[in-house]
Amino acid sequence: MNVLVFADCQDGKILKSGIEAVSYASRVVEQFGGTLVTATYGTEDSSELEKLGEVGAETLFVSKTNQGTPWSLTEYLSALVRERNIELVVLSNDFTGKAILGLLGSKLDAGAVNNAVDFPKNENGFTVKSQMFSGKAFGEVRITSSIKIIALLPNAVGTVSNPKSLSIKYFEGDFNSRIKIVEEKKLETGGTVPLPEAELVVSGGRGLKGPENWGIVEDLASTLGATTACSRPVSDLDWRPHHEHVGQTGLAIRPNLYIAIGISGAIQHLAGVNGSKTIVVVNNDPEAPFFKAADYGVVADAFEFIPKFTEALKAHKANNA
Amino acid sequence: MKILVAISKVPDSTSKISFKDNNTQFDEAGIQFIVNPYDEWYALVRALELKENLGGAVTTITVGEANADPVIRKALAIGADDAVRIDAEPVDALFTANQIASFARDKGYDLIMFGKETINYNGSQVGAMAAGLLDLPYVSNASSLEVSGSSARLERDIQGGSQVIDVDLPAVISASKGMAEQRIPNMKGIMSARKKKLEVVAPIEAPRHTEVLSYSLPEAKSEVKLIDPDNPTELIELLHKEAKVI
Repeated sequence: MNVLVFADCQDGKILKSGIEAVSYASRVVEQFGGTLVTATYGTEDSSELEKLGEVGAETLFVSKTNQGTPWSLTEYLSALVRERNIELVVLSNDFTGKAILGLLGSKLDAGAVNNAVDFPKNENGFTVKSQMFSGKAFGEVRITSSIKIIALLPNAVGTVSNPKSLSIKYFEGDFNSRIKIVEEKKLETGGTVPLPEAELVVSGGRGLKGPENWGIVEDLASTLGATTACSRPVSDLDWRPHHEHVGQTGLAIRPNLYIAIGISGAIQHLAGVNGSKTIVVVNNDPEAPFFKAADYGVVADAFEFIPKFTEALKAHKANNA
Repeated sequence: MKILVAISKVPDSTSKISFKDNNTQFDEAGIQFIVNPYDEWYALVRALELKENLGGAVTTITVGEANADPVIRKALAIGADDAVRIDAEPVDALFTANQIASFARDKGYDLIMFGKETINYNGSQVGAMAAGLLDLPYVSNASSLEVSGSSARLERDIQGGSQVIDVDLPAVISASKGMAEQRIPNMKGIMSARKKKLEVVAPIEAPRHTEVLSYSLPEAKSEVKLIDPDNPTELIELLHKEAKVI
């Protein structure tokens, strides 16, 4: 099975979710046979491109002219699919992947499965496990078209080292964007990892009583090197920016560690975070439903416990440095 | 402005999800169905605001069977002028997109709007596929939309930020949080919705490339381990040595 994998790039940096997609695709090729073709754009920096070689990329196409818009990426990847007899396209299920998945599916007459959380199987036809119902369930989905597309959920399978020597080919050609990018705006995240990619997340809810009390969340997050998040009411009340909202109608995330402070754990919130590997809940209400979904729970006033926890963590970091 | 808004029927966001027939079918027993929040709160409401400011008409389109009619009436109660239902089960994204594209083609819509994804299958595919089939510009995850003349300016969420985008109409848009505020239908809206036109259209032949063979639920968590709040070091030790996450 010839596989094309796309690694997204922003500001000249290959995204972590893109590196994970390449690692996934190289393992699919090991399992099913065939050749792997990797595509990116937006950087010619060899130290960036080498990150893809370290997880299994060999033939790497780099488009110099691409603007990274949904249509221009779709045309780029479609051209590679035709040129290289590709049977499976692997994307990351991030903002860019979601934008191009459907365009590519319609252009290639391909069945697409997004939110993939595992490697494909070949027992009942070609199937892949997909997260559905906003994290409340999974489906085993069969793809029957001759060209297939999988979009991999970030942090679902991780990356493994598989160093290969890269053969870089610059892809010529202009692509029609059909839209004009007027301006790019950056979120003010203080240099932390964006939420969809974050491995450590500290999240606050209405239990924190007001935006002026977010200092304890931010201190803990910066001590851990974690990204901050929040529940829906907090974002609706404008205590925190809406890009921090995790849950059924916000972002669904699957970090290694999710620390929920003052969040009761409504089913809509759990849907967005229950893919987290370890969940810690801090709440002063022992009846909070979130404790049922937690690995570790602390029944305590967050304003007393979190600063103590942060201090203890600093000591732990110093001892283990 | 002639706007088409795609509306999906989904389980209410508080629903407990379960399956039947040996985990091959979604169990609808006891489930309350709603208009997909991204379709309703953002795409539909913004379409209505544009119509109120610029004139025109808002039509909703749903691929679904007759049991979708109550949620279509809800969209009409919020203010859509009329509705179309393509009489088929929306089992596959490309199949569903083909139904919408086939209906929309040659009807002169300035905007075709979708929610960024449905909260049941979270596919985020149908809008983009419809744009592909209609060969129209596509802007995904838009958190704002302003129209002036024959073009639109949008803000689109991307990783770590956003892009301000200009696009010529007609275009296909998927809407995310921020584009508009939820509207609660009033009694007048609910009464008038009963009389609005809901046209039922037969589906076209289209490929189905995906099917869900079986469903599963996430593994249940084992019992929560409670930590003494006076001993934060215990939690750090557990996260370090047992969970191995820090």
